[in-house]
Amino acid sequence: MAELGKKIATRQSYGEVLQELSEKYDNLIVLDADLAGSTKSGMIKKVHPEMHIDCGIAEANMTVIAAGLSTCGMIPVISTFAMFGAGRSYEQVRNSIGYPHLNVKICCTHAGITVGQDGASHQCLEDLALMREIPGMVVMNPADDSEAKAAIRAAVAYEGPVYIRLGRAAVPVVFPEDMDFEIGKGVVLREGTDVTIAATGVCVDSALKAADKLAEEGISAEVINICTIKPLDTQLLLKSVGKTRKIVTVEEHFVTGGLGSAVAECLAENDPVKMLRIGVKDTFGQSGTADELMKFYGLDADSVAASVKAYLA
Amino acid sequence: MENKELKKIANDVRKGIVTAVHAGASGHPGGSLSAADIATYLYFEEMNIDPKDPKKEDRDRFVMSKGHASPCLYSVMAHRGYFPVEELTTFRKFGSRLQGHPCMQELPGIDMSTGSLGQGVSAACGMALAGKLKCRDENHQFTENAAFRVYTILGDGELEEGQVWEAAMFAGAKHLDNLTLFVDNNGLQIDGKIEDVNSPYPIPEKFAAFGFHVIEIDGHDFDQIRAAVQEAKTVKGMPTAIIAKTTKGKGVSFMENQAGWHGEAPNDEQYAVAMADLEKIGEEI
Repeated sequence: MAELGKKIATRQSYGEVLQELSEKYDNLIVLDADLAGSTKSGMIKKVHPEMHIDCGIAEANMTVIAAGLSTCGMIPVISTFAMFGAGRSYEQVRNSIGYPHLNVKICCTHAGITVGQDGASHQCLEDLALMREIPGMVVMNPADDSEAKAAIRAAVAYEGPVYIRLGRAAVPVVFPEDMDFEIGKGVVLREGTDVTIAATGVCVDSALKAADKLAEEGISAEVINICTIKPLDTQLLLKSVGKTRKIVTVEEHFVTGGLGSAVAECLAENDPVKMLRIGVKDTFGQSGTADELMKFYGLDADSVAASVKAYLA
Repeated sequence: MENKELKKIANDVRKGIVTAVHAGASGHPGGSLSAADIATYLYFEEMNIDPKDPKKEDRDRFVMSKGHASPCLYSVMAHRGYFPVEELTTFRKFGSRLQGHPCMQELPGIDMSTGSLGQGVSAACGMALAGKLKCRDENHQFTENAAFRVYTILGDGELEEGQVWEAAMFAGAKHLDNLTLFVDNNGLQIDGKIEDVNSPYPIPEKFAAFGFHVIEIDGHDFDQIRAAVQEAKTVKGMPTAIIAKTTKGKGVSFMENQAGWHGEAPNDEQYAVAMADLEKIGEEI
């Protein structure tokens, strides 16, 4: 039972919800590439060892094994780090899952800079961009324990390819456990009138805390949580921007290709406003603790608040 | 089925290949013609399939891992009754179900979309695993049975893709004895002889090292194809690799053993010669 504010890594949520789903779906099959402990997907082995297959350190093969399994009525869930699931196996995902629109769930942990000490080689900051480009792919980036579980439940119930981005670092619980969740729907977490802050994943917590700080200075920020990057909840964004005429996106991803780009495309076509994209600029990550890196790359609450203030000035 | 009958069908499949590539003015005749006898044997004698019920749950699966041999797959499927043979002339044309490389969303009966080399064999392993998963005992342990068998044809040039060996390691390690993998060893790839480009030889030893039961055959001899496939079905605990020596462009005089016919379509004049070649072979059968 996750209380609000308690810190839980979404990879932990992933392991727990797989245990739950293993009781409901007898055709569920979890695939790992020698990272069952790190991704937490190995937790399914405690309740249903027969639902877990370790493919070894061969992500390209694992990706297409999943494709083959799905053609035979299984619901395969691929587990690995985002760098390998979305990066190394990109072309396998595109041609063998995306193109035939197969019912495979790609659940990638250790996304973004909060991987921490492993450094740049493991800090995937382009997975949302890569997955967003694949026709028919649903792309989700849950913010916390509750949303990660809800998103994975929804993904398994949904027929078709889904990419879900999960993290290594423990992040505060933002949503109640029994939250409503619908693929493709954003949520207004806090109403405001001066600026819209659209955040995704671990940055939702930063955005909410930044909004608190801004409020102390008389700035009323509307905070929107965007879990589903694709399909994007354009209606909700346009409604909010229609009111505030200002929008800032916040993500633990390159500023290109992810939420910031998706929102920019939507606004440029429908209701152009000058926007600010907060994320990692054109640079690789580095080793450090998750907190140090969030601060260095301007993604912690203080940095987000300062950036929003500068943008509004 | 009598070998004579299989030979006749394979010859018709070859005519369909040449017709499709000529009509589409694009495609890969060489490696389609080399794989035609193996595909004909599988679709007409071996596999548990029903063209009228292409999604039949317990059907044997086929993956053309060398997806550019789509003319071979389409022609054998058309002759088997999945769709009208006349439709082969729509190959690679706008709006056709016969996409450049096999597309399972477009054409019922295709078990996996392929085209990017090295991936089809992984998909075949996934299917074989599913076939095993569906037949486990009460303790969830794999039994000697599988719900269906899975066949896949790889090109010999395709063996240069690293993913083939990831898949081979998986198939061996997971004891996928319901998987039968053919290597269409015609010896040529686009850039020339496979041993000159980046040699995958020795092929049998490599598959044996990955835990495969290996059989070497002449890929144009139906007795040998049949014997190898039947032998594979008796092997327990390991997948089978059938290394089939074949002739690229088999059956068309000017295409045989010519790397240049890997991905070239015949013009009208060449088409007439090719069809006359095949007509003559048909009469001799």
